[in-house]
Amino acid sequence: MVKDEKVTIAHGAGGREMWEVISKLIVAKVPEGLRRTKGGIGIDELDDGAVIRIEDKYIVVTVDSYTVKPLKFPGGDLGVLAASGTINDLLMMGAKPVAIEDAVLVEEGTGMDLVREIMNSFIRVVTEEGLALIGGDFKVMPKGSLDTMVITSVGIGITDRPIADSELGTGDDIIVTGPIAEHGATIIAAQLGMLDNIKGLRSDVKPLTNVMLPLIEKFGDYIHAARDPTRGGVASILNEWASAIGKTIIIRREDIPIEESTRNFLDMLGIDSLQVASEGLAVLGVDHEVADDVVKYLRSIGQVQANIIGRVVEPLSDVVKGRVLAETEVGGLVFVDTVSVLVPRIC
Amino acid sequence: MNRSTDTYRGLIDKITKEYSKSLVAKIRKLAEQLKNVVKIMDFCGTHEWTITHYGIRTLIPDEVELIAGPGCPVCVTPAYYVDQLISLSLEGIEVLTYGDAVRLPASAGHTPRSLLEAKAGGGRVHIVYSFMDAVKYAKTRSNEMVFFAIGFETTMPSVASVIMKGKVPKNLSVLTAYRYTPPIVKHLLTEVGAVQLDGIIAPGHVSAVIGASSWEFIPKEYGVPTVVAGFEAIDVLAAIEKILEMKVRGKAGLINEYSRVVQWDGNKLAKQAIFEVFEVRDAYWRGIGFVRESGGFFKDKFKEHDAIREYGLKDPPADLSKEVVPGCKCHEVVLGLSKPTHCPLFMKVCRPDSPYGPCMVSVEGTCRIWAEHPEFLRLEEIKSVGAALKDLG
Repeated sequence: MVKDEKVTIAHGAGGREMWEVISKLIVAKVPEGLRRTKGGIGIDELDDGAVIRIEDKYIVVTVDSYTVKPLKFPGGDLGVLAASGTINDLLMMGAKPVAIEDAVLVEEGTGMDLVREIMNSFIRVVTEEGLALIGGDFKVMPKGSLDTMVITSVGIGITDRPIADSELGTGDDIIVTGPIAEHGATIIAAQLGMLDNIKGLRSDVKPLTNVMLPLIEKFGDYIHAARDPTRGGVASILNEWASAIGKTIIIRREDIPIEESTRNFLDMLGIDSLQVASEGLAVLGVDHEVADDVVKYLRSIGQVQANIIGRVVEPLSDVVKGRVLAETEVGGLVFVDTVSVLVPRIC
Repeated sequence: MNRSTDTYRGLIDKITKEYSKSLVAKIRKLAEQLKNVVKIMDFCGTHEWTITHYGIRTLIPDEVELIAGPGCPVCVTPAYYVDQLISLSLEGIEVLTYGDAVRLPASAGHTPRSLLEAKAGGGRVHIVYSFMDAVKYAKTRSNEMVFFAIGFETTMPSVASVIMKGKVPKNLSVLTAYRYTPPIVKHLLTEVGAVQLDGIIAPGHVSAVIGASSWEFIPKEYGVPTVVAGFEAIDVLAAIEKILEMKVRGKAGLINEYSRVVQWDGNKLAKQAIFEVFEVRDAYWRGIGFVRESGGFFKDKFKEHDAIREYGLKDPPADLSKEVVPGCKCHEVVLGLSKPTHCPLFMKVCRPDSPYGPCMVSVEGTCRIWAEHPEFLRLEEIKSVGAALKDLG
């Protein structure tokens, strides 16, 4: 341990630094036998949720704290973000969301109208999805000890077959369900005070229930991995996958869907869109045999920009093992890394 | 299932890819005729970003080396300006400047280490996006303020034109840290000597102001092929191709590849504004030293706007020994004498979230760009696997 080491924003930004700190501070301290329940998925798998097996059914549990600055942004607010994020984490594990609990922390002195508006958003999303809100907590922190408001949310879902990302293997295709980086780009623009000057930016925050449940129903066993690219963006997820299974993932940058407004804005700032968060998007690892059919199906149910962006391959050398490579728009080759410190904290 | 070419952007992407392929083929063919390794300097930070973001170094043959140049204003701005502005901010005079300039490190050992740190310690510092933004801000307040004006010829007209129109409120003065680009190129080609350049990709946006003709001296006096280029991947590839072509033919010239933006004589109005308001003097570049006739300072006629005169600032101060923070190689990196990866501090003590040297601060800084594109740490390895990957289709 470095002397006087301090926690930095990077430690919570969804990139390499965050996984290192989680491994060191938490996972390594939990005895091997207690990192999961019998037959389930636990804390050492860095997935979107945990899985508890009960006979031939699986309960999926997820927990996440949500904070965003500004609290309201084009396309949503903290309430929509917390509810959608929790629901999406369950869906990415292959589960049907059933119930939610929330713990709300508010800074003393915050306007009651603001808190009401955000909680209304949260409850609206939860009830529209038909989920039970079965419990929660509400605490007020003294002024200055918290930045306005944080929502922690627990999601509970159920499934016959959880999607464990460890099933991803050589030959699988990587699919994204829509244009990337919309939430993150919107938040960055808001934080820089540039929203008025940049047209067309809007967060994609939404629950993916209408996309994921029918997709799982139709293609179930062929979906080997699924994640929603929030903090750290698509780059972070692909790197986690490649590193976990010890393969190489190759993507083609020109095949990645992105709205023109998002691309122009991020290019202007020199920020790589692959490292920017989405809040209403799934990245899937799908059996090559059905990949074209999956894309066709996604497009038929409204995900018109869904596309195959790359593939898992056997590593050609130790250098590319566990790494992600991208072919650039002009045919050059670059590593896709996770350098999350460059992106302002957004979720 | 590739992206459709029905859309405007899809079509542009397709054309870009095909055109760049043909440029790469031409570059490879030309490279076969080269006798030695050709060193080309890409002057601008934005050129370097394009090169790294598009993996251009993995596309071109080993005989062509691209070297990042000094085209990053924040990287070369003297630390003594930062030191003196920090003092002013702590005395209650509000400092207005750009988002990256507030993180620019002060001189070695100085505390606070930057305007941002000064702000955290009670100094008055406010971030603006432009000089117009600063003027608007100053008009709504009555306290004394200084605008920290960093930049090359690209940003000078925006200050000069507002000053000429007399639209600057009395409570706002300007510290001009302006530097001209042709003198530093001349300096590179004469004083430094360690890098023998075979070609220069000259700045695009600067040339839009001063004109492509400003670079005529490079081929004429130094025999180095020069191309004014834009910032798309194909602009840079086209510039490399044209430089190699000149090299092979043994004929150094000046080509304006960026003619969609850059005119031969530049922007007359912008140039007039610069000449009207600023006078040219020898000026100090951080860690590099004095460069002849390279600084833009207020003429006497506009002295009431000059923060250097108003606050009796030292430019330059007597002691310049602390301009380079210990261990930092930024001043060598901007001259192409070192690569960021040669610096022992790179990505260790000096990272984008906590920059130690000035080249890690701005998105135009070579160290910052390389930090965001870690592929360059393993360029040789990428090249070796690149060929194998092509088999995968």
